[in-house]
Amino acid sequence: MAADTLFQRITDYAHRADPYPLFAELREHRVARQEDGSYLVGTYHEIEALLHDPRVSSDRRNRTAPDETEAGDAGLPPAFIGLDDPEHHRLRNLAMRSFGPPHTPGRINAMHGEISRIVKDLLAGLEGKKRIDIVDDFAYPLPVTVICRLLGVPIEDEPRFRQWSDAIVTGIDPNPKEDPAERQRAAAEARKTMALYLGDLAEKRREHPSDDMLSAFAAGDDTDGRLTPLEIMATSVLLLIAGHETTVNLITNGMLTLLRHPDQLARLRSDPTLMPRAVEELLRYEPPVQMLPQRTPLADIEVAGVTIPKGAPLILMLASGNRDPERFHDPDRFDPLREDIQHLGFGSGIHSCFGAPLARLEAQIALNALLQHLDTPRLPEDPPPYRRSPVLRGPRHLLVERG
Amino acid sequence: MHGEPRDGRIVIVGASLTGLRAAEKLREEGFTGSLTLVGEEPQPPYDRPPLSKQVLLGKVPAGHTGLPQRRELDAQWKLGVRATGLDPIEKRVLLADGAEVPFDRLLIATGTRARRWPHPAEGALDGVFTLRTSDEARRLAERLDAGPRRVLVIGAGFTGSEIASACRERGLAVTVAERGPAPLVGALGGTLGALAAKLQRAHGVDLRCGVTVTALEGDGRLTGAQFSDGTRIDADIAVVALGAVRNTEWLVESGLAAGPRGVTCDAGCRAFDMYGIVTDDIFAAGDVARFPHPLFEYQLLSLEHWGNAVAQAEVAAHNMVNPGPRRRPHLTVPAFWSSQFGLNIKSVGVPTFSDQVVIAQGSLKDARLVAVYGYRGRVTAAVSVNQARSLEYYQRLIETAAPFPPAPGAADQIESPDPVPSDVPDPKLLSHGPTVALTGHLPDRRLTVVQPAR
Repeated sequence: MAADTLFQRITDYAHRADPYPLFAELREHRVARQEDGSYLVGTYHEIEALLHDPRVSSDRRNRTAPDETEAGDAGLPPAFIGLDDPEHHRLRNLAMRSFGPPHTPGRINAMHGEISRIVKDLLAGLEGKKRIDIVDDFAYPLPVTVICRLLGVPIEDEPRFRQWSDAIVTGIDPNPKEDPAERQRAAAEARKTMALYLGDLAEKRREHPSDDMLSAFAAGDDTDGRLTPLEIMATSVLLLIAGHETTVNLITNGMLTLLRHPDQLARLRSDPTLMPRAVEELLRYEPPVQMLPQRTPLADIEVAGVTIPKGAPLILMLASGNRDPERFHDPDRFDPLREDIQHLGFGSGIHSCFGAPLARLEAQIALNALLQHLDTPRLPEDPPPYRRSPVLRGPRHLLVERG
Repeated sequence: MHGEPRDGRIVIVGASLTGLRAAEKLREEGFTGSLTLVGEEPQPPYDRPPLSKQVLLGKVPAGHTGLPQRRELDAQWKLGVRATGLDPIEKRVLLADGAEVPFDRLLIATGTRARRWPHPAEGALDGVFTLRTSDEARRLAERLDAGPRRVLVIGAGFTGSEIASACRERGLAVTVAERGPAPLVGALGGTLGALAAKLQRAHGVDLRCGVTVTALEGDGRLTGAQFSDGTRIDADIAVVALGAVRNTEWLVESGLAAGPRGVTCDAGCRAFDMYGIVTDDIFAAGDVARFPHPLFEYQLLSLEHWGNAVAQAEVAAHNMVNPGPRRRPHLTVPAFWSSQFGLNIKSVGVPTFSDQVVIAQGSLKDARLVAVYGYRGRVTAAVSVNQARSLEYYQRLIETAAPFPPAPGAADQIESPDPVPSDVPDPKLLSHGPTVALTGHLPDRRLTVVQPAR
């Protein structure tokens, strides 16, 4: 039996709970060519440089070997995360208009009170329970409720789009050992169904606009142009998935990390003002988005002495860069007071995370509230069971007992 | 008497961004001696970039741009008093109030001031302004509030263009007089100058290029101005934006290499004396310093950039409290930004150190682009317009003396990849090709390495 490649081992579920030794191995190679012709980059400065390199495309259609993901997606254009400038810029800007600066600078901060209320309601539901699942009882429902309010999606429909979302996330999972065709067909199907659902909602908002993003997409001002109905679908699918598949992991990874560091947990509980910095450290130490699997060079690019050929699959291992000892002092130590903390948790460059301000705010409020709510929490199972995905990595369940 | 590097008396002359950051860095590096900051202005250190933007727009009061102090300084502040001289033998700074401040080591961070209108009587007319200090910004903002019928901006560099932009945003009539062929040409050359001219006019600026103001008219109060092309306008406000003058007059008898171009120092911020001998106890940083940069053929650069002020202050402070072998060079790649007429402009490198320019990403038509500048076949600068996120890539090209024009392949390369002359003023530049590049990501690991000729 041939030995597994490094990437096969990284994506192997057996290593999901602790991929960091594999990342250390990856950093020794700096740039690691895999048998299938893809390239892995795991060192901080090299990743940073590639994220700002205008010759690195995010559009899978630029790969030399055709990518099956696109084939199943007939009828729906890629969302802006999978496009390059200038098209990416146009779409991202139109989407950003109802979310952040310059048009809507106060939108996210204004949600502080609402997020706190949702958190309070969720915690009230846990009164009296001795054993809770941080994921199902808290970390999942919070971001879903928030993104639904923000987008204007009825929360009652959650079971429906949770299914679609699962299928879509499974579709992007790289697993070099398995034929992806069936997963990707299912993902494309789910994406189409979700798109039609969201397009339908947007159409209703055009008639009866409300204070949400779908209304803004459908009926907003068109001084800088506007999204077409297909673009509204592609964009809102992206926002709905990105808005809840990532923050759940940020909160859960955060809670798990704190439970493993009781002294730090105690310190943060006694001083909630430290939480914003602790969340930054969590984004470095256990980033919810572990890798960017869909980059492609548009020219031969030299990275650390290796030429990555035009059109090759290029995978940027953000979680590995975040633990690079050439960049961070004592990188495997979780230090919520760390000052030098310019992490790659939200990526960087033109695709740097659109929802970062919202994710930060949700995680800060959520973790502070959990610490105040749970006295003497215990972790009955470590490591907890993980979700399948090596890209969006986090526990599937996180059981906590309180004394 | 020299104290130990982390002991003794350090005096910083200049209490603005550079002075404050240097003081913070001195304490951060363990300096335990006495620290004195001398500043001509009465208020504590403040930030200047907002003065020509948010303050003129009335969004932020002039007194509200104070710089945050990031740590306890335990310093003596002598504010509102000007330094008038330096005695390098007795190691004393002389102050306008007659006091003398002794030092073991001195940091010169006196910065620049706005260049005045050359005719004092005209410059004294009510309604004639310059914009450099918080106080100047406050007075100008008040006059803009009062609703002048027309504002004349003399000079279309970054400050002048930002003032014109703020006036238009307030709905005020503006005339801009620029001696060169277009706004910003002095800093960015012809290609982006032409874009700036187009945008200013599209925003309703009465832009007049290739002319100078020959007279400011008025009787006590400004009423108008005459131009070299024989025309005249009525105006109640004139803002003189003709660049800055380095505050070095107080050093005229100090024996230092100090003059109108600044205080010359080595790459470690140590000031030279008038014979070109380096001092070991007098340092310079910020807008007033003039230092050799290896990426630009060791030309002595003086930069009026926020980022340079911070970076150089930190290098100077580090070197003031560390022994020779631990000292660091100031090798920061110059960078600055501006916002005006809806544009976010960012620059890395030295655009004037160029002979050609190419639009590497985006397009002039969309006013969203990256222009890359080259000098004799190497990349020396890049300027982004509403497109700042790839600048790091170009900074690396500059640091490694990469060939110009840069290889094609950018996802959003739209315009012709053919370089055109950069049309920067006065290209009386030196010889030979790329020989030096920068390495390393951390300040104490940065080195220059000799590049093989390509």
